[in-house]
Amino acid sequence: MTAATQTHTAHLDYLLRIADTSLILGQRLSEWCGHGPVIEEDIALTNIALDLIGQARLLLTHAGALEGRGRDEDQLAFLRREPEFRNLTIVELPNGDFGRTILRNFLVSAWQRELWQALAKSSDGELAAIAAKSLKETRYHLQHAADWVVRLGDGTEESHKRMQAALDLLWPYTAEFFSPSPTDDVAAATSVGPAWSALQESWVAAVTPVLEVATLKAPARTPFLTRGKFGVHSEHFGHLLTEMQYLQRTYPGGTW
Amino acid sequence: MTEPARQWPLWEVFIRSRNGLDHKHCGSVHAPDAKMALQNARDVYTRRMEGVSIWVVRADQIVASDPDAKPEMFDPAEDKIYRHPTFYTLPDEVNHM
Repeated sequence: MTAATQTHTAHLDYLLRIADTSLILGQRLSEWCGHGPVIEEDIALTNIALDLIGQARLLLTHAGALEGRGRDEDQLAFLRREPEFRNLTIVELPNGDFGRTILRNFLVSAWQRELWQALAKSSDGELAAIAAKSLKETRYHLQHAADWVVRLGDGTEESHKRMQAALDLLWPYTAEFFSPSPTDDVAAATSVGPAWSALQESWVAAVTPVLEVATLKAPARTPFLTRGKFGVHSEHFGHLLTEMQYLQRTYPGGTW
Repeated sequence: MTEPARQWPLWEVFIRSRNGLDHKHCGSVHAPDAKMALQNARDVYTRRMEGVSIWVVRADQIVASDPDAKPEMFDPAEDKIYRHPTFYTLPDEVNHM
């Protein structure tokens, strides 16, 4: 592989990781539509889902153009197979209860905020513009989630118990946010974006005080490491794709 | 002993659609406190670019006039047409009056 091809492949991979993480979290959150605990939260979660899917659309369109094989956002979203998706594993996990859904939003939004901030300086102008737009959305997602994390974590005995259980479950998946990869090395070297390992410190600084106020305790780190961003997914992902891609698979090229 | 509240309190929502315009009542949301009332109002009422500013106020904090007092409150103004500033000729430069 020539150096230019290698750079191109890494650039594309880097974009898909970000795009797919937004897309799949958006898909999971949209499952809440009509099931929110109160109508206001139902609308809030759906709004956030739409923001995330909007980010994914822009990024996938950009990735498709960069790829140069004529694939558009729809083909990338609805016709790729499981191992071709590059999203972080945490976003494909089932929603669980409202508390767990919100806690995941909190952990992921805090990470996205650091990412978008760094990407605003990307050498890829299109990516920088998408990051600047997405940053505003993500700031609100984070505020919304952090608020609930504190309310539920520092709420009743029952809500605290559920939030702590959710944190125990989700925390190990956050290791993937920062694990090193060759794609990151190339992206950082070409200033396309930061190596994600560089985001860890500011993410921890953002997340820790909120968890403290919420009286939640993050478990100790273990060697557990998921690899969704390398295309290795959990057992839940196939089911998610089956639902998400059903229409395009059943009626190829269908539009309305 | 009083029954604990089953329902979050109701908040009335006022939106300013553009700078320079007044906040207008647009609906209500349920929320446990002011902060969340503001967030809920944002999510429910400004998702289609309806606003640049939001006020929320607890519905039970609004003091409303008594509908039964309508005759003495409002009827006396009916025949005082001279209270409208419609008898003046306005210069063209004064718009939106």
